Amino acid sequence: MSGFEAFDAPREPGQPPRIPLPRSSVEDGDRPLPAPREPASAPLVLEHHVLKSLLGAWALAACSAEETAAVEDHLGGCGPCAEEALRLRDAVGLLHPPESLDLDPALRTRVLQRCLDRRPPRIPVPDWATPYDAETARLDALLQDIGDAEWHAPVRLRWFDGEGPTSRRTTVAGVIAHLLCVDGLVAVALGLDDPLGGSPADGPGPAFRTEALWRSAPSPPTRAVRRPWREQSHDLVRTVSFTGGSGSGRLAVSYGDFDLPLHDAMLDRAFECWVHAEDIADAVDYPYEPPAPRHLHRMIDLAARMLPVVLAGRRQEGLASPAPGRHLGVAGGPGRSLRLEIEGLGGGEWLIPLDSPAAEASPEHEIAHVALDGVEFCRLAAGHVPPEEAAAGQVGDREAIRDVLFAAASLSRM
Amino acid sequence: MAKKDAPPRWDRKMQQRLARGEAAALGELYDRFASLVHGLAHRVLGDERAADHITRDVFAHVWEHPETYDPKQGPLRSWVATLTHRLAVQRLRATETAALAQGGGSTEELERKVRRASVAARADYIVTSMPSPLRAALELAYFQRRDYRQTAADLGVTEDEARRRLRLGLQLLSTAHDAGAPGSPPGYGGAV
Repeated sequence: MSGFEAFDAPREPGQPPRIPLPRSSVEDGDRPLPAPREPASAPLVLEHHVLKSLLGAWALAACSAEETAAVEDHLGGCGPCAEEALRLRDAVGLLHPPESLDLDPALRTRVLQRCLDRRPPRIPVPDWATPYDAETARLDALLQDIGDAEWHAPVRLRWFDGEGPTSRRTTVAGVIAHLLCVDGLVAVALGLDDPLGGSPADGPGPAFRTEALWRSAPSPPTRAVRRPWREQSHDLVRTVSFTGGSGSGRLAVSYGDFDLPLHDAMLDRAFECWVHAEDIADAVDYPYEPPAPRHLHRMIDLAARMLPVVLAGRRQEGLASPAPGRHLGVAGGPGRSLRLEIEGLGGGEWLIPLDSPAAEASPEHEIAHVALDGVEFCRLAAGHVPPEEAAAGQVGDREAIRDVLFAAASLSRM
Repeated sequence: MAKKDAPPRWDRKMQQRLARGEAAALGELYDRFASLVHGLAHRVLGDERAADHITRDVFAHVWEHPETYDPKQGPLRSWVATLTHRLAVQRLRATETAALAQGGGSTEELERKVRRASVAARADYIVTSMPSPLRAALELAYFQRRDYRQTAADLGVTEDEARRRLRLGLQLLSTAHDAGAPGSPPGYGGAV
């Protein structure tokens, strides 16, 4: 039966037309509706095959009162139908609301670790790729739990563009599209398919690629973006496992205006995955924890190692104070340094050379000391906390501290 | 019924990768099946920590003995579900037997309890594995209390079709009661 016929039929489209319909079209007629379940109305007469087809709906209490009465009347006299009815009623008792899918994200690490202890892998996931593996799995678990509508919840991507905070509006699905195409920089470096495919970007960096993908989508991205993102993240972990062991962790990944060695790029992508997972969790009002401490530590370490280069760049652009002449760092020689103390799980201490990326940090030339909580530092480096407002304990050269906090914020990008 | 996103090819490749000792494959296996495994174990055991243990044991078994899966016998998903079921029921039986030894209840009660948990877990699996049109119809009629006419309208199908889906869905679900040979609980086979 076509949908059109079904729509056109008076009231009982399941009925073969030649069977009389005692009272099914009453709602379409002019007579007033009878009181519900009025026993006086004539009983419904239905054919055996129709009664049989109603058994599932009957077991679920999803038929009209008249149909229910007709089915029950029939069950008294038809053994096979009575047997099936009993079986289906029983089956209804087996329907449960689905169990909560909230798996403890830490369980994944525990389960995998125990497996790997019992049978050491011949092809392990490199240490520097495990934060990415863990963060993408955490984000995917969050995505699994959110409903269709939540994929369109508005999200504001925030970052620090060098001088001040900036932002861009998108949706949850738009954030995943963003992660998909920026992770794609690593995919391209490894010789995998570029998720951007046929949509050329105006430039090579993350922002150009993201805009290109958003532009090329025929309509706003939907939850369909989850699958290509997840497949690519699995492919990346798999591919670096095969290529990572032999020193190719140093293979360069181009971000447009700078390169990162593969192992740092994978840490950077883990960091971005966490930051944007938090953006999404905020947008859909879910709780989201920081990464495991040892993963957080690696992410902080990457930021600390990138600071001298960013600082030098800002100095060239006149955004940071010039290095005083008498201490100008000689390549490889000791120079003025700032002690970055990161508190909390995953924390540690880093000595940041201030004069030049080539200078060696030295405790004898320490001119300032900054202390920050690990998660606060990451929010600063993500551009989510303005450098002026970073809750940092500070001792020493105020200008050097300001420069380093601004440099940390400048690590952020779209 | 083979799922579109889990062709037998994926199952075979996964087995080969696990056999090769590829840690990344283990992660992918977990990402695909952890919620199935944990959910089934939780349905049998009714306890979060016990379900965590079963999850750990199931993945350890697959990782250590990937060769015990034979792709010719059916999808990896049903094999993993069967393994989970077996380990969870074993654990339930062990804890209940221990409780029995402490003087609580009878053997018949124990058997009833194990059987009830076992059927409930199979039913869950059948619901998650049945063709999605059937699941959607049951979802509307049972959880959202729509009658079959409203269900038909919501799904954009004829009333005939809505009745068919509800009946077929329940028929599949009722196979959760069928007990099979020990060690191979029914309901995890290729039928659904």
